[in-house]
Amino acid sequence: MTLLVVAGLVKRFGGLTATDGVDLSVDAGEVHAVIGPNGAGKTTLINQLSGELVPDAGSIRFNDREIVTEPVYRRALLGIGRSYQITSVFPEFSVLVNVLLAGQAHAGHSFSFWRPLTAESQLVARARDALAQVGLGAKADLPVSTLAHGERRQLEMAMTLATQPQLLLLDEPMAGMSLAESERLVTLLASLKRRYGILLVEHDMDAVFKLADRISVLVYGRIIACGDPGAIRANPDVRAAYLGDQDLAA
Amino acid sequence: MIPVASAPEAAPEAAVSRSVRSARWATPSTLVAVLLLAGLALVPVISWLIGEPYYVTLFTRVVILALAAVGLNLILGYGALVSFGHAMYIGIGAYAVGILSFHGVGSGWVQLGAALAVGSVVAAIIGLICLRTSGMAFIMITLAFAQMFYFLAITLKQYGGDDGLTINARSDFGLFTLANNTVLYYATFAVLVACLIAFRRLVHSRFGMVLRGCRSNERRMAALGFPTLRYQLTAYVISAQVCVVAGIFLANLTKFVAPSYMAWQASGDLIVMIVLGGMGTIVGPVAGAVALLIFEEILAGWTTHWMIVLGPVIVLIVLTAKKGLYGYLVDREARRAEADGAAGP
Amino acid sequence: MTVGLFLTQALNGLQLGILLFLLAAGLTLVFGIMNFVNLAHGSLYMMGAYFAAAVFNWTGSFLLAGLIGVPATMLLGVVVERVALTRLYQRDHLDQVLATFGLILFFNELVRIIWGPASVYMNTPAALSGTVELFGLRYPSYRFAIIGVGLAVGLGLHLLIHRTRVGMLIRAGATHPEIVAALGVNVRLLNTLVFGLGAALAGLAGLMAGPILSVQPGMGEPILILTLVVIVTGGIGSIRGAFYGALIVGIVDTIGRAFLPALLREFVERSLAQAAGPAIASMLIYVLMAVVLAIRPQGLFPVRHG
Repeated sequence: MTLLVVAGLVKRFGGLTATDGVDLSVDAGEVHAVIGPNGAGKTTLINQLSGELVPDAGSIRFNDREIVTEPVYRRALLGIGRSYQITSVFPEFSVLVNVLLAGQAHAGHSFSFWRPLTAESQLVARARDALAQVGLGAKADLPVSTLAHGERRQLEMAMTLATQPQLLLLDEPMAGMSLAESERLVTLLASLKRRYGILLVEHDMDAVFKLADRISVLVYGRIIACGDPGAIRANPDVRAAYLGDQDLAA
Repeated sequence: MIPVASAPEAAPEAAVSRSVRSARWATPSTLVAVLLLAGLALVPVISWLIGEPYYVTLFTRVVILALAAVGLNLILGYGALVSFGHAMYIGIGAYAVGILSFHGVGSGWVQLGAALAVGSVVAAIIGLICLRTSGMAFIMITLAFAQMFYFLAITLKQYGGDDGLTINARSDFGLFTLANNTVLYYATFAVLVACLIAFRRLVHSRFGMVLRGCRSNERRMAALGFPTLRYQLTAYVISAQVCVVAGIFLANLTKFVAPSYMAWQASGDLIVMIVLGGMGTIVGPVAGAVALLIFEEILAGWTTHWMIVLGPVIVLIVLTAKKGLYGYLVDREARRAEADGAAGP
Repeated sequence: MTVGLFLTQALNGLQLGILLFLLAAGLTLVFGIMNFVNLAHGSLYMMGAYFAAAVFNWTGSFLLAGLIGVPATMLLGVVVERVALTRLYQRDHLDQVLATFGLILFFNELVRIIWGPASVYMNTPAALSGTVELFGLRYPSYRFAIIGVGLAVGLGLHLLIHRTRVGMLIRAGATHPEIVAALGVNVRLLNTLVFGLGAALAGLAGLMAGPILSVQPGMGEPILILTLVVIVTGGIGSIRGAFYGALIVGIVDTIGRAFLPALLREFVERSLAQAAGPAIASMLIYVLMAVVLAIRPQGLFPVRHG
């Protein structure tokens, strides 16, 4: 089943064309990675998919429904979850409350003025589960400020998962992680693969080639190649434009 | 008694152990809050004992402005929506009393109903327009709209215009009237306490958490699926209505209403109280209102030009004591709790 | 309502707009570069008016009032910036608003102490107290001079911003402040320069407003709030927005106040028009601002960020 179909997406900033007619799709249960050199427009692309940027042209269909004019929160409610390249959490709250908020968004309206959020046992239980899933269960009641960088990235992931999405848009989730932390995240993402469709923007080639079912290569806002990992690795245009003489992990 | 003060949300109540919870009752900030409210509750008694009825009038003004400041703090301290125009809602409440009284309607219930009705419509419209912007633009636009209402009041010649309107009688609520100064004081104080209790619950409820989430990281809130506008607008209207009620009491206290109630300085004073006492705490604005008005009383005793001292003092406060008098206590406790938490497993 | 009356009011609106532009330009420049809204800008305008009035009443020379008053205001602005405001550039907007609020209180009381609470009078300079002939009607020379001076200043600003090196740094600083700093430009000096320029413009506006508006404590804030409406409507940070916004606000406000009550009388019964006319006229520009915000929240001529 195809979750996301992007066709002819264009975004210009003054004289710069950041997204130049991008087509791609993500199916349920697959990891579609988007790689490309710095400045290729990867974050701009994700911002248009999540709704934070409005494209100048093109269509974005989610579950066969045109969403290019839908605001950010509507897309989130429809089932698109997104994580940020620069960790975007709620630093004043505890780890648990961060995930609680994520779950609250998809648990009905929030015009409840009297009952403490933390007294909603069902939401709290779900939040604790999400934290356990990413390995932060023990730190649930601590303030976010006590978390290491890698743990904050895990929290970021837990929050995204807590919104119960169908499609995950992950913007460089491995950014700034140590080797051990990256490996843990790769394992987690591998386990999540069957449940979600994942669009993974990443620089970490190890992770990309371990996880991806399909890879698209974005250079100066255009997709120059799209295919399975083997095909991409062998593609001469890709090697020339991006990988150069870099030796790729087997 | 429900503690009206607590450290900002560092750990959810449900997860805090028994021993820590009981320790929280005895924190300095809770003590200060209790003392402050107890002190305010006893003002008429003390004033009667020392034979100085003036203090009841003075402190009624303090409580009224504290109420307005608490209302504004909901969106300013907890929602990071800096409205520089909330005095206009005080004006709406005061003019509701003034205009209705002018036309012979002295019933407090009718005045309250009319004030809240007008206040909700105005706040909804103004809020909707202002919330299309953020940051500095939001501040400027709220200021501009308050100025608009100020000028509107001046053009209402039949209701006194620039000179203001005298009110013949205080509001009559059937079972009681506000004619007696002590009754007025306790009515105002009761509303303040009710508001403090209600807000204390509200900031930890689903609604309050959405508001605080928007303050913390609005972009993330939208990405999580929250339609942030409707919650911010609701909070704006609630805070406006609290100011409307404060305005009703103000008109009753002075038996007078004038466009100056809505002047931009009045809005600025509210913000000063909030920051002086401690933004983002429930009781902070009350402490700020008490501190500011007492400070003004003392200064005014020295010189009629006391504002020339107040100005630089405000600048100094901004540059140094950002957390506020009460807020400083609360913050210190929060940092201690955090340090303890980090030492855990 | 005659054509002549309409033209006169239109010119008055233009003149108010020019005054607002002088203030808005300074305010929007400072906001564009330093991301700092200086609410005390109205106080600089007020001090400019007081300085000018003081020199004029002492020497009788309007020229001297300008030559001394405007630089004095600029100096005052620079001193205030260095002493109190530099620390606030990195702070959030609430802090900036509060601190400048404190400054407003200080300056209003200061002039009350030095010059008293009553208005200070400043006569129109003798050379300009006549009228000029424009399109067959007589218009006060002084007001016409304001329009002339304002347009000249506007042109000068445009040349400064778009044709000089300093102007280039200002434009660069408005869109990419970090890069400007990284290029080794003395950002502090640039900031002070921009602030001083804004203060000088405010001082000039104060000088010119002296003879036609009352010079009194608190005169700055109503104009300031009008200026805020101008830059919000025109587009925050944009000089072009300040110019067109100021003209639009000035003309709409003046024409509205002059003709709306009469216009209303054509459509509704007299007593209602009598009551509602002035009320609606005073609200007109705010409604305009609201409409602009509803359609284009970033203003009519927003600065485009790369």
